[in-house]
Amino acid sequence: MNTKVTIAGVEFKNPVMTASGTFGSGMEYGEFVDLNKLGAVVTKGVANVPWPGNPTPRVAETYGGMLNAIGLQNPGIEVFVERDLEFLKQYDTKVIVNVCGKSIEDYVEVVERLSDEAVDMLEINVSCPNVKEGAIAFGQNAKALSEITAEIKKKAKQPVIMKLSPNVTDITEMAKAAEAAGADALSLINTITGMKIDIHRRAFALANKTGGMSGPAIKPVAVRMVYQVANAVNIPIIGMGGIANAEDAIEFIMAGATAVSIGAMNFINPYATVETVEGIEKFMQEKGIADINEIIGCVK
Amino acid sequence: MAQKKKVVAKVFRQDEIATDIYDMWIETDLAKDAKPGQFISVYPKNKATLLPRPISICEVNEEKTMLRIVYRVAGQGTAEFSGYHTGGEITILGTLGNGFSTEKADGKRVFLMGGGIGVPPMLQLAKELKFRGKAQSVSAILGYRNELFLCDDFKSYADLYVATEDGSSGSKGTVMDAIRENDLKGDIIMACGPMPMLRAIKKFAEDNGMEAYISLEERMACGVGACLGCVCTTKEVDHHSHVKNARICTDGPVYDAKEVMI
Repeated sequence: MNTKVTIAGVEFKNPVMTASGTFGSGMEYGEFVDLNKLGAVVTKGVANVPWPGNPTPRVAETYGGMLNAIGLQNPGIEVFVERDLEFLKQYDTKVIVNVCGKSIEDYVEVVERLSDEAVDMLEINVSCPNVKEGAIAFGQNAKALSEITAEIKKKAKQPVIMKLSPNVTDITEMAKAAEAAGADALSLINTITGMKIDIHRRAFALANKTGGMSGPAIKPVAVRMVYQVANAVNIPIIGMGGIANAEDAIEFIMAGATAVSIGAMNFINPYATVETVEGIEKFMQEKGIADINEIIGCVK
Repeated sequence: MAQKKKVVAKVFRQDEIATDIYDMWIETDLAKDAKPGQFISVYPKNKATLLPRPISICEVNEEKTMLRIVYRVAGQGTAEFSGYHTGGEITILGTLGNGFSTEKADGKRVFLMGGGIGVPPMLQLAKELKFRGKAQSVSAILGYRNELFLCDDFKSYADLYVATEDGSSGSKGTVMDAIRENDLKGDIIMACGPMPMLRAIKKFAEDNGMEAYISLEERMACGVGACLGCVCTTKEVDHHSHVKNARICTDGPVYDAKEVMI
């Protein structure tokens, strides 16, 4: 039985990854799961300099999901390379670094700094809804997305994944723009912008007022977008958005995702990633699927 | 530190000990390594309310086979927990957070201060300070809106002082009023309670040259230090964030009051 998948020449032992921002760099969840069993660890977004993030409260629960407005708090690329990448070297799993910035120059600085590091792929965050400058501004305009993708591709030594926002009118337009500008793969979806009001305090639940919604409640939106994008571009897709278990993961794969990421569900079940890996194998056995690649995009 | 685990445990018993305040004993081996001031995360069974609820550990039984939590029903999740009965299952993650260090109280006059639903975690601390037997004195100074709970439990381990907002028991006002009214003198404060109380304690400790360790609360998601949802601003750059935003769930919830900007 083969569970290996390949994205832009990088081979993953299985299609299960961690969604950026929900798994740190694996240290915290390494207490619960064997990181060697994961297809890849996708790290929390890192910028050229430390970012303090947003004021608290930064998280709020919603029906079947949650809102977050962390604001990409990160220690900056130098600490990240010395601490987080060093930590990840101990494991036999692929490392995908999520990169954030306020300007194209910021992104490029991080991308160049990572050139000679033990990093398998770069995931470019142009879709975080919780920071005012950069990030999502690049992800909601096809021209801006195309420009940043092209600039990063010029400098990047590793294959580049552009992470797309669902907060657009037509996600296939963004996907096509990224593909045309040279993106090697796409990941989608980032969180959906939302809001929650505490009626007793007459106040926003989040200090940032709005936040990004994630969790099982958003899954049908994510599956729909993965399907649309898979049928609009020829580059591989890493699908995510509310995946809780193997059944959900397989749904994304059948919609057209080559790999999948577990995000908010790590908070609810710290064993979710490895359970999903095992569940996919079990499903393949039961259904007589010899190669996971057979079912990628099998539902048309 | 003991490894964190998510486990399905058994409810040993549960009682409502004041209006909307529930007292639950849980049979779990997580009790083995539990420290005062640490917490567990409790997962609702209802799939609409997914995130775990952080609840402080109130007490550990002598055999270290059970944890006691005392919590207020504040929403759907805690409302669900309040309906659990003896023998029922409860899903928990623990033990989380740093907790109070009892050695810091050695040779000192200790104020254990709890306000409202911040009272419960001070009980295990009072108990451990009593067993350690190295503090010069231990005063439990507890503040309530009006209805008291857990006061009798504290009497076995500490000198008890109570404040109520309406003056129905003890001093009228807050825990700070109880200190003044009883002319209490101490060297070190260990506290948990609402933010205005913790701010008052931080100032009181600074004004009176006392040490203070305070347990902070914030909206949490993962509870294990990955999501960076529950941070507090620190005075100095901390080892993890490098941006003066330490994680309450993992680097806290107990901080030296001097080190946090609240």
